[in-house]
Amino acid sequence: MENNHLMRTSLYAGGTSPVKMIQAGFYNEDCLVYDLEDSVSAGEKDAARFLVYNAVKYQRPAGKYILIRVNGIYSRELDEDLEAAVRAQPDAIRIPKVEYAEEVQRIDEKVTAIEKKAGLPLGGVKFWCNIESYLGVLNAQQIATSSPRVVAMALGAEDFTASMSAQRTKPGWEIFYARNAILMACRAAGISAQDAVFSDINDPDGLQKDLEMTRTLGFDGKTCVHPRQIDAVNACFTPSPKEIRNAQRVLEALEEAARNHTGVCVLDGGMVDKPMEIRAKTTLAKAVAAGIKVGGEQR
Amino acid sequence: MIVNSLGRELPEKIGDYVVRPYQGAYATPAPESPVATKRTMGHRIPGDTKLLPDLKAAIQASGLKDGMTISFHHAFREGDLLIGQVLTAIRALGIKGLKFAPSAVVNIKNPSIAEFVLDGTIDRIEASGIRGELGDAALAGKVKNPVILRTHGARPRAIEAGELTIDVAFIAASAADDYGNCTGLVGPNACGSLGYAFVDAHNAGCVVVVTDNLVDYPCCPVSISQQYVDYVVKVDQIGDPEKIGKGAARLTKNPRDLMIAERTADLIAASRRFKEGFSFQTGAGAIAIATTKYLADRMRERGVKASFALGGIPAAIIDMYDEGLVRVVECSQSFDAVAARAIFDRPGVVEIDNADYANAYSKGGFLNREDFGVLGALEVDTDFNVNILTGSSGEMMGGLGGGPDVAGGAAISIVTIPIIRGRTPSIVKRVFTLCTPGETVAAVVTEAGIALNPRHKIYAELKEDLEKTSLKLVTIEELQQLCEKLTGVPKPIKTTDRVACIVEYRDGTVIDVIREIKK
Amino acid sequence: MELKKPAMAGTTESSDVMITLRPNPEGGIVIDLKSDVKALFGDAIEKTIREVLGDFDVRDALVNVVDKGALDFVIRARMQCAICRAAEIEYDWSREDENGK
Repeated sequence: MENNHLMRTSLYAGGTSPVKMIQAGFYNEDCLVYDLEDSVSAGEKDAARFLVYNAVKYQRPAGKYILIRVNGIYSRELDEDLEAAVRAQPDAIRIPKVEYAEEVQRIDEKVTAIEKKAGLPLGGVKFWCNIESYLGVLNAQQIATSSPRVVAMALGAEDFTASMSAQRTKPGWEIFYARNAILMACRAAGISAQDAVFSDINDPDGLQKDLEMTRTLGFDGKTCVHPRQIDAVNACFTPSPKEIRNAQRVLEALEEAARNHTGVCVLDGGMVDKPMEIRAKTTLAKAVAAGIKVGGEQR
Repeated sequence: MIVNSLGRELPEKIGDYVVRPYQGAYATPAPESPVATKRTMGHRIPGDTKLLPDLKAAIQASGLKDGMTISFHHAFREGDLLIGQVLTAIRALGIKGLKFAPSAVVNIKNPSIAEFVLDGTIDRIEASGIRGELGDAALAGKVKNPVILRTHGARPRAIEAGELTIDVAFIAASAADDYGNCTGLVGPNACGSLGYAFVDAHNAGCVVVVTDNLVDYPCCPVSISQQYVDYVVKVDQIGDPEKIGKGAARLTKNPRDLMIAERTADLIAASRRFKEGFSFQTGAGAIAIATTKYLADRMRERGVKASFALGGIPAAIIDMYDEGLVRVVECSQSFDAVAARAIFDRPGVVEIDNADYANAYSKGGFLNREDFGVLGALEVDTDFNVNILTGSSGEMMGGLGGGPDVAGGAAISIVTIPIIRGRTPSIVKRVFTLCTPGETVAAVVTEAGIALNPRHKIYAELKEDLEKTSLKLVTIEELQQLCEKLTGVPKPIKTTDRVACIVEYRDGTVIDVIREIKK
Repeated sequence: MELKKPAMAGTTESSDVMITLRPNPEGGIVIDLKSDVKALFGDAIEKTIREVLGDFDVRDALVNVVDKGALDFVIRARMQCAICRAAEIEYDWSREDENGK
């Protein structure tokens, strides 16, 4: 992945509440999404646009990956949203309910035109695509490669299950295929895969179980619906001290095997193969990115 | 003009008050002379009664005259109904020019204290803080003599040094017998610990106990003994139970406050002093209660129990005691009904004299043994000085309370504060009113990170302990710059030369003054 | 630019500002400011309000401001929104390019 900013957690801040927008800058989420879409009522779309533009332009929180979620592709707000959002110069624009690669390409063209008009570096602002329907899932591969701006795809589970006439449950079997389809499309395109929210903020155990799935499947990050989920989700994507130690042992064993010119590397009675080596390096890279002192004393 | 060691300019004299400028948190030794008192021996023949029919009779019997000093304690907080009744009776008797010296000033309304100041019943005030109407009146120049503000610990010191002499102390009690044995631990309007009343009971010229719950002799339990009491009066109501302190405060839902609280608990848990037998205090505000809960979680996780918790006690700490996480709870004040009633039936929950909690000038009290003290603040500056008295526009908002005492005594004092409140910056270059000297503040915890004070005596140790964690450490200058970037630079508040309030430190020196606001 | 009708933007939530704009038939800009931080930031708030009115070349307006501790960018955003609503225009975002920050 070319973008080396951590993307373990995203938090939305509705473009209607200044106090929430300001406070959102202080939590531990990696990515902050200022929202012009679902959290803003029809009558306040204009107000939200001004608020979000000025927030990102004049009081952008340091050290965070900043996104602006614009209104839907076919909405009447989209064009003006883009005029404001591109000029605010966030890291990325988050596009809701993407179903076809052509939709992304159309928006890419509009954004490029605005960048030109405004004298901004072409291709500077990236896209995150929210996949929220079965068509989006079916077209995930094409959407993931539709534009060089696309750096992440995220599953919007609530709308997806509605589009399927399915029921949204905590175990999440109804989104199992969608999760994997998006993951595979992201891997094929070399972009970040973001998991759906766990919406019950009063069920920390339920969140942990959901995070087990998120992690085992291989997601790079997850959207949080409330600040109190942030630490748990960050921790999910941060290797534990045990995992770090194991990863270090794998790499040390490989180094020693190389030094002694032994053909096969063995650790704990098992062979160390290439996938293990890749996993170990990824684990250490994640740890370092999360600010953990690797190779030193842990807490 | 003189300048104290913190750079605050002070007049040499304010009226007849001679200013002794602050020179350092531990600069003043104890006086060698014995403590002063206005208590006289007394002599009662068996058969004499102390019970008088009403407040008017008690005031007359006390010999209260113009210009004398009266005192009250604040254990009933916002629910106090005694102060208003006594002042009303005093005014009806035509007594004027009194010095009003409560242990704090809660914001009573109806009647408001300001009334009695404006009509001349009261012409001097010495307290821990003045708020609302009274505060505004003082800053507008309507209180003739400057108000002297003292910390919880400084008040008993001043009394024993003879600087504050109390002629008549009115002690509200939720249960009392007709000979003066009284307490706040039981009764329909129980307020809990009477910690702030002890020094008055022991040293006032005349002590009047007032209750709405006269019990059979002898009252048991007893907090203040009959041997100190001159008169007893029964009134219809001593306090408003709704306002004295209801049920336990609910845990805040504000994610910002929860984050600050959790960081504070993490800081404590990361310190090497967080081990079996450690001691702490937290307080009553939203962040304090949340900190208490997170601290309890860490104690459970690590199997660490505290030897004692100290000071003003909320239900959250009683819960910890019940769970076996704290061996002894030393209460100088009870913040809610749960804490109020806990002293009576839990052997390890104990009422203590406020002086034992906070007075730096005794033979050694609890604060000298405390490991962690968590404090609130209105403003902190880049020297770690704390303001807990005046708000952003210079208005009187808080009270000194025990903050400066805790910072001066506890090993590690932690100030918890959000970096901005609305558009008001909390971390500034220079606090408007200096209450707690920076040298006694070890750490400031905000949602934007933790700043450690390099000039604090525990700095090196705390820094070493915290660097092992992933807690975000920043400098206080970075926090101040962040505040300024968010809010912009505020216009300085203009004051006149007239001093409205004198802010004393624990040792009676003047740490700052509050001047009237220019209109 | 002329304001065509009264318009409001913002709320009275903490850290927000509620701005009500009305055309001023008598001409000129009249600002009525209520704020808890008037002593500290009253001048700064007024400055921002006049600046934004200037950006839109609005010369005649009655501006009623109820501030609950809004940061500068919020005041700016609410003013821009209120002016567009009162003048019944859509904002030309390419104006931001000229100011070039």
